[in-house]
Amino acid sequence: MATLYQSRKMTMPETHPEHLEFWQAAAEGKLLIKQCDSCGEYHYYPREHCPYCMSNKTTWKEAKGTGSIYTYSVMRKGVPYAIAFVTLDEGPRMMTNIVDCDLDAVHIDQIVKVVFKQSGDHDNPGSFIPCFTPVNGD
Amino acid sequence: MSIKGMAYIAGAFEHPTRKAPDKSVAVIHAECARGALADAGLSFKDVDGYFCAGDAPGGVLSMVDYLGLNVRHIDGTDTGGSSYIAHVSHAAQAIAAGKCNVALITMGGRPRSEGRSGVKQKLVGANVPDTPFELPYGPTAVNEYAMAAMRHMHEYGTTSEQLAWIKVAASQHAQYNPNAMLRDVVTVQDVLESPMIADPLHRLDCCVVSDGGGALVVVSPEIAKILKRPLVRVMGVGESPKGLMGGKVDLTYSGAVWSGAAAYEEAGITPQDIKYASIYDSFTITVLMQLEDLGFCKKGEGGKFVADGNLISGVGKLPVNTDGGGLNNNHPASRGGMIKVLEAVRQLRGEAQPQVQVGNCDLALVHGTGGGLASRHGSATLILERV
Repeated sequence: MATLYQSRKMTMPETHPEHLEFWQAAAEGKLLIKQCDSCGEYHYYPREHCPYCMSNKTTWKEAKGTGSIYTYSVMRKGVPYAIAFVTLDEGPRMMTNIVDCDLDAVHIDQIVKVVFKQSGDHDNPGSFIPCFTPVNGD
Repeated sequence: MSIKGMAYIAGAFEHPTRKAPDKSVAVIHAECARGALADAGLSFKDVDGYFCAGDAPGGVLSMVDYLGLNVRHIDGTDTGGSSYIAHVSHAAQAIAAGKCNVALITMGGRPRSEGRSGVKQKLVGANVPDTPFELPYGPTAVNEYAMAAMRHMHEYGTTSEQLAWIKVAASQHAQYNPNAMLRDVVTVQDVLESPMIADPLHRLDCCVVSDGGGALVVVSPEIAKILKRPLVRVMGVGESPKGLMGGKVDLTYSGAVWSGAAAYEEAGITPQDIKYASIYDSFTITVLMQLEDLGFCKKGEGGKFVADGNLISGVGKLPVNTDGGGLNNNHPASRGGMIKVLEAVRQLRGEAQPQVQVGNCDLALVHGTGGGLASRHGSATLILERV
């Protein structure tokens, strides 16, 4: 038995001024993360303020867009969907959804790559949201 | 300065309702306040400090005005369901600093009548920095805690059967609580056969959605000693927020590792000294992780610790949530911390249901996890002693 991914109306995120670049890049299929100019650490979700060394100098970097599943859960009430944390190859773990696959086969340590799904709906489309899907063969 | 011994819980009241479509939330708060003050032998006119959290309609200002209080100290700290445990800490601090002598803490709500539940998307306000990067993914109470459970199972081999024992213990206790929302005793098999809500948590891994509330009165030592109630002394407290740490996410432990250590140190005791524990039980996994984080067993051994009825009063090593907890008794306003304090007070006073009363219960721990275990939560630990 399989639980195939179904598209789901995703809540449109608020766009905060410091995240314009992030959402513009997402519309072009790129995942941006922030790196601190001072301590060199990557962090997520992206901020101007580095949560590690408290510097206010951070720079956008394009992530490779690959990683592995740290943990997940498939919601079985209503339209099923898989919420997850994915560990990016750059280090940070981000909340996300696992999409375009059999949700019953999702597992921890599965290798995944970023794909973007548009939030909102046909009449009121919102930003593109970074989700992840299993890399072929995993 | 330590708050050890600087304040006492003199009044405690749990609203008997579990469904209140005919009461406003403000009325529930007022009824709880009246109940706790009557329990203490005090009146509204004696109150000079007031504490409430996000469930209080209109917050501190509306509630003080509504209740007609004349207070000189207020505190609206909100850490979700653990808020009221933090409020006891803050009340003790305020009393120790001379800012008030009779602190009233109220909570209440009616999520059951309003049709709210843990599988619905969380409500959040505008401008919160993290929500653009979380809300699109559909985080709810249950799937967040489920992600923590999934990782715990992966790292430590914890099983659904072990988690189910936490619900079994709660149901064993709840059968003796006439006000409990669910009073039927369940088995491990019942839990495993209940519908899957969010892998790996079944319906019976989740707490009830109940209307109701509760209140506490915290007083100075001088006042406690002239009242006629058993003396329940605040011995140690700890509060710790934990979040996603900029992406260094680790869902295998909670803020209890810090709040618990701080509370033990202040009280000058160890986990082995505790006779009874109220452990936040929004979900079974919440209990299991907190037991580990609070030092009742080693990290990763929570599954073994809770199995075979170890949390059942009179049966196991550590009686936990003898009222039936949030899993069976009451989780009003989707916030369990108040009821956790109330059952600890009942145990210390010897006023728990006779079938679950812990013998010579002179030292109790209360712990809460408010908010989301897989996003941001506030941990609060309280140690209470019967004098």
